[in-house]
Amino acid sequence: MKRAAPLVIGAALLLLLPLVAIEPRAWLTLTVAGLAMGMLIFLVASGLTLIFGLMDVLNFAHGALFSWGAYAGFTVAMLVNGHWGWAASPSVVANAGLFLLAVAAAVVVAFGLGIALERVIVRPVYGQHLFQILITLGATIVLEELIRIAWGPNDQVMPVPLTFQGSWDVADVVVLRFPVIAIGLGALVYGGMLWLLNRTRVGLIVRAGVENNEMVQVMGHDIHRYFTGVFAVGSALAGVGGLMWGMFSQSIRPSMGGEQLIFAFIVVIIGGLGSVTGSLVGALLVGLSYNYVAYLVPKAAIGVTMGIMVLVLLVRPTGLYGVGK
Amino acid sequence: MADVLELEAVHTDIGQHHILQGVSLRVRADAVTVLLGRNGAGKTTTMRTIMGVLRPSRGSVRFEGRPIHTLTPHAIARLGIGYVPEGQGIFATLTVEENLRVAMLAESAESRERLRRVLALFPDLERFRQARAGTLSGGQKQMLAIGRALVNPVRLLLIDEPSKGLAPIVVEHLIDALQAMKRQATVVLVEQNFAMASRLGDDCYVMDDGRTVHAGPMAALAADSALKRKYLGI
Repeated sequence: MKRAAPLVIGAALLLLLPLVAIEPRAWLTLTVAGLAMGMLIFLVASGLTLIFGLMDVLNFAHGALFSWGAYAGFTVAMLVNGHWGWAASPSVVANAGLFLLAVAAAVVVAFGLGIALERVIVRPVYGQHLFQILITLGATIVLEELIRIAWGPNDQVMPVPLTFQGSWDVADVVVLRFPVIAIGLGALVYGGMLWLLNRTRVGLIVRAGVENNEMVQVMGHDIHRYFTGVFAVGSALAGVGGLMWGMFSQSIRPSMGGEQLIFAFIVVIIGGLGSVTGSLVGALLVGLSYNYVAYLVPKAAIGVTMGIMVLVLLVRPTGLYGVGK
Repeated sequence: MADVLELEAVHTDIGQHHILQGVSLRVRADAVTVLLGRNGAGKTTTMRTIMGVLRPSRGSVRFEGRPIHTLTPHAIARLGIGYVPEGQGIFATLTVEENLRVAMLAESAESRERLRRVLALFPDLERFRQARAGTLSGGQKQMLAIGRALVNPVRLLLIDEPSKGLAPIVVEHLIDALQAMKRQATVVLVEQNFAMASRLGDDCYVMDDGRTVHAGPMAALAADSALKRKYLGI
């Protein structure tokens, strides 16, 4: 509770401070958009932080998995929509069916690619950061080029289920539907990850491994199995993040993952390596501040997220929730 | 008595440095074998090589007659070797109970019974069961590190400098706990505190510059002032 108090005060200040300069209706719209953006970044950053924290791997290919998830989901959504017209259907069940099938495709493809990447290119370079950066950047180029070969270099229009489009009118304020759904999904993933990490034996071993993976090994646990599992789950989350981002922006392109990766790394550094809660807090901080500042001083938006990162590093070099190794 | 552990001319490198330069030792069953030597003699590297954290470049490590120097650390641990590293290696953000549960190879009725025995052996761990391990005192952390190694049915226990940085009164309590533990497993103990080593040890090896330079009964070394001065500077 002691740890949460400054956080709650900080969050309240961050949320309310922009009201000084922003009119309340615009503030509410920006807040919903900021929370949604934060949740989407969280999907990417939560996997990255576990991979970073547990395996000490700098995975620059995480962005490519984000793109692959988006394209896998896009392909299934196009197929389903082409056959049965579920995206444009007024039926909520048909819309949800299309969305769930697209999510399943993103998860399966990104999970499978994650296992392949970990086994083939990451495993030989454990403990060698320079090689990890080089080889995962190389993998990013290959994976992006494969997307260009398979789907072409141009932007694709992502089919978005009808239920997810449009807005609700809440007390005369327009609240877009998709950001609210994205916030809900992000909260669900966060809850699921907390349950997995705090209530299961696998989660207990992963948390111990984040702190000291050598000790986990000498206790008789095959850390490489956990590495592969965490890498694959992290990749699947990136894939879902890519699909959601594609639906959020209603278009996808081969380089979309790389563009989001910078935000994900900033969030992981702000939140602290290996901390899922840190990733959530960092992602919401970045999402909200980006939207508020983009409204007031558009050119300063990226600079503010960098500024938050620098500030956090100066005050707490291990990040908000990081465990010093 | 049969040898539980046998190292034969083991060489280990760390980066460019040739640390172990032909370590040979034998550990008798149900005995406490102490590794002594100055800082940098290679004691911790020997323990890490036995556990498979470091892979020897030459030589062999055999546990109960079986070569283990090619196995991974987790496979070695699963053979029944417990390890308490220098600096304890506790998980500071996990609770005391979680630290003990991570150490269990499986959560069964049998392992829970062993956990109950560990908590009986170290009452402080029972008292601070739900506290974060990082908040424990140095002595309590050491108890936790040893307790973790005992929640599995270990046949060999490697303990690296358990008394380091602890107050004399805590060391006394630690000696009592280790005396009780001697009945449960064969022990290899790295220790700089000669008084503690001589009270607990049955056999001893003295290491210097990555080699074993003396082997024999602990009592004989304790009685030999010239040898103690030569290798240990005491």
